[in-house]
Amino acid sequence: MSTILAPPREPSGAPAEAGSRRLTERVFRVRETGIIAVLGLFVLITALIQPRFVSSSNIQFILVDTAVYALVALGETMVIITRNVDLSVQSVLALSAYLSAGLFGHVHGIPIPVVFLAGLGIGLAFGAANGLMVSLGRVPSLVVTLATLYIIQGIDILVVGGNEVVASSLPAGFVDIPNVTILGIPWLAIAVAAVIGAGAYYLRSFRSGRELYAIGSNPDGARLAGIPVARRVFTAFTLCGGIAGVGGVLWAAQYQTINTSAGGTNFSLIVIAAVVVGGVAIFGGSGSAVGAAIGALLLGTINVALDVLGISDFWDQAIAGFLLLLAITLDRGISVRLAAALRKRGARHAA
Amino acid sequence: MDPGRSADGRISGPGQSAGLPNPAADWEGSAGPAPGSQGAGASRRPVAGLGPSAGQGTDEGQVRGTGQGLSAGQGTVGGNGPGTPLLSLRHAAKAFGAVHAVVDGSIDLYGGEVHGLVGENGAGKSTLVKILAGVHPPDSGELLVGNVPAALPSPAAAQDAGIAVIYQEPTLFPDLTAAENIFMGRQPLRRGRRIDARKMREQARELFGRLGVRLDPGRICRGLSIADQQIIEIAKALSLEAKIIVMDEPTAALSAAEVNRLFDVARTLRASGAAVLFISHRLEEVFEICQRVTVMRDGRHVLTSELPGLTADDLVRAMVGRKLDERVAGGRGAPGERVLKVERLTREGAFIDVSFDVRAGEIVAMSGLVGSGRSEVARAIFGIDSYDAGSVTVRERPLRKSSPTSAMAAGVGFVPEDRRQQGLVMEMSVQQNMALASLGRLRHAGLISGKSERDFAADWALKLRIKFGRLTDPVSQLSGGNQQKVVLAKWLGRNPSLLIVDEPTRGIDIATKAEVHRLLSELARNGVAILMISSELPEVLRVGDRILVMREGRLVGEYPRSDASEEKIMSAATGQLGGQPR
Repeated sequence: MSTILAPPREPSGAPAEAGSRRLTERVFRVRETGIIAVLGLFVLITALIQPRFVSSSNIQFILVDTAVYALVALGETMVIITRNVDLSVQSVLALSAYLSAGLFGHVHGIPIPVVFLAGLGIGLAFGAANGLMVSLGRVPSLVVTLATLYIIQGIDILVVGGNEVVASSLPAGFVDIPNVTILGIPWLAIAVAAVIGAGAYYLRSFRSGRELYAIGSNPDGARLAGIPVARRVFTAFTLCGGIAGVGGVLWAAQYQTINTSAGGTNFSLIVIAAVVVGGVAIFGGSGSAVGAAIGALLLGTINVALDVLGISDFWDQAIAGFLLLLAITLDRGISVRLAAALRKRGARHAA
Repeated sequence: MDPGRSADGRISGPGQSAGLPNPAADWEGSAGPAPGSQGAGASRRPVAGLGPSAGQGTDEGQVRGTGQGLSAGQGTVGGNGPGTPLLSLRHAAKAFGAVHAVVDGSIDLYGGEVHGLVGENGAGKSTLVKILAGVHPPDSGELLVGNVPAALPSPAAAQDAGIAVIYQEPTLFPDLTAAENIFMGRQPLRRGRRIDARKMREQARELFGRLGVRLDPGRICRGLSIADQQIIEIAKALSLEAKIIVMDEPTAALSAAEVNRLFDVARTLRASGAAVLFISHRLEEVFEICQRVTVMRDGRHVLTSELPGLTADDLVRAMVGRKLDERVAGGRGAPGERVLKVERLTREGAFIDVSFDVRAGEIVAMSGLVGSGRSEVARAIFGIDSYDAGSVTVRERPLRKSSPTSAMAAGVGFVPEDRRQQGLVMEMSVQQNMALASLGRLRHAGLISGKSERDFAADWALKLRIKFGRLTDPVSQLSGGNQQKVVLAKWLGRNPSLLIVDEPTRGIDIATKAEVHRLLSELARNGVAILMISSELPEVLRVGDRILVMREGRLVGEYPRSDASEEKIMSAATGQLGGQPR
């Protein structure tokens, strides 16, 4: 009688295990390599149409142009990995650019590193404010940073008013930062790459770095595992703000004329797009700072490539949007397909 | 031979007939204490017997059996002398608002034993587990860990006390590797406080080796089977050197081979001197793996005993052990035409080959353990979830797959299990919630008429005797019972021909519960076909005209009310004794 009620179940077959493993591994490798493949393809096609595109001066231009986005994407990655988002980076960057570059005019002969430290400090302060509200106030980060995006923009307009920092007030050593090259590679790109490398290493190899992933992967589980969730989230926001602050100083060095429109009106969204296109899951838990940097490089390359090919700027934004959709659809599709595959596999085992 | 099967055919044992004024006494009669289990062991353990508060006219059995033989046999365990429980919970109580989940929970866990904990749904097992896990600190009671009074105010405190809990669905970090999940926050470090990834993987591999399983420590956990996820949780428990390992229904989602592997792991843990608390609804598993068993019922400790000498029949009776005189006479005519016809409905991983029908004026109660696939069937019928095979027909017209709109158009109403999340929009007012499913008819020239919405709501509030302040108050201010009535009103306003109610009286006080039962009965009398899912056996027996039992995704029994008993349903639901396979 029991046999009728409980038909014997098949033992879990090794092939199914191996199959599911291959499936998941393939899926996760796609995320990492897909972005590089797209970048390579884009460069190849553009170079075939317009060989000038891969000239060393053009590559230098792309690298310098992308550097600030890639740098800020590092901070944004840290925040997004914890299942949060920071929309305020663009106004932090703009305010930091004006205030720190302004120091050259106010304090005569101020050393350049001090200006960078000032930018860092401004960014850290705003980042900490964001972090406090998100981690202790338990307000969703989307709301908090949308608010601070506008608040800091407001402060920027109050402080800057109709003024602007002009190129003539900046020392030569400062405005030369984007132009210095080492073995043909822009110094700025190397420095930013080093910072991103260090950030990626921190996220990968330190307990607190791994805990950021754990928080984004399963917030409740993180609490049960005794991870200091609030402290880690606060730190992520603070670092993100600090990096945006430094980004502001670099922006000033690159564009030299700084008024209220520094950073542009779209900077935060471009950075978030780069992070997501670079394979960082928008709901946290996975992705790498290196992927995000490559994402920024891809968006930067597309921007320049369309310019070189003489295609209207409209397409630049449309393509960025398309890539973003693709990345998110892929992300969503992967998890849905994976869940369905698992449910059926479990059913086969139990059947 | 599976000891559980020895119970076959014992369904008509003593005490099975209606009315069990003192089931525990019956139980004592049928299953004598294991030889030599009383005496020194029992007197040393104050858990024996219940406090005077037990009440309810059931002066239940006393704790017996002893872990003494076991732990003595295993030698000194974890620094505790033989016979001293590693953990001892005494007279714990925990209430959530008006719901008393655990009234008197007591349990002793000895090193070197696998201890079964069984009971019906809602007996308080899970709450007891959460007390031990530090998730829900008890309101009262005493907890001794290694004979020292202890408090477990947080999961971290429980972890520090050497208690590890493996849940039915583990809470892993899906994006991180197996090794990282085991060592999160405690990763082995090398110079410069960097994580030593290689050492971490080696240690994880070594843990998996001790558990006798082959798992790649570098594999990301997303996509791992529940069984493998549990193995990772157990490996984590091992790495924490937990002495007490609680497994809350670990086998519910496992295949036979995976269950065997888990049992091997449990035996390994036991041999190493740990205490394993094993919670399962499958009694044959309890007989296979456990040395002792504790039965809970209605939040109370009912009995603790060594397993040899007990039969599955004894356990089922101790689990049910309720007076059976609560039935309400039917008083309805013969059911009318067929309204719902479900044919060979299958959703892989949830339920298989489910066929039944419900007639007008009939209440069909669907019983079964949590996770047996009852709610999933209901969701598939209403079109919330899709299904892989089979068909659903309402009044001879097939319903479209995964389309609640089509179900509603065919006159189906659905009162979901979780009324706060799925049944109501908590921020909206009482009247808005009631009108939600009938907006089409309350519309004038495309706009919702406030007056007709108000009249509609007032009408139904009166009919169902809903107690509220004002119709414009947010529905969240109502009591649970009145909220449930609002959900019912929402669907009754559509004049459904079929009403599916999932756990209609969960968390509702007794008086309102009776009203909901009366209401369902009245609806059936007016010709509505009702499919009711319930975990409460008394409710199933009182309200249902026909009772279907599901187990592990299959329909395993069908009883007319006249032929149903708690024992039969429980036996079919747990796979014991048989019942009547269709």
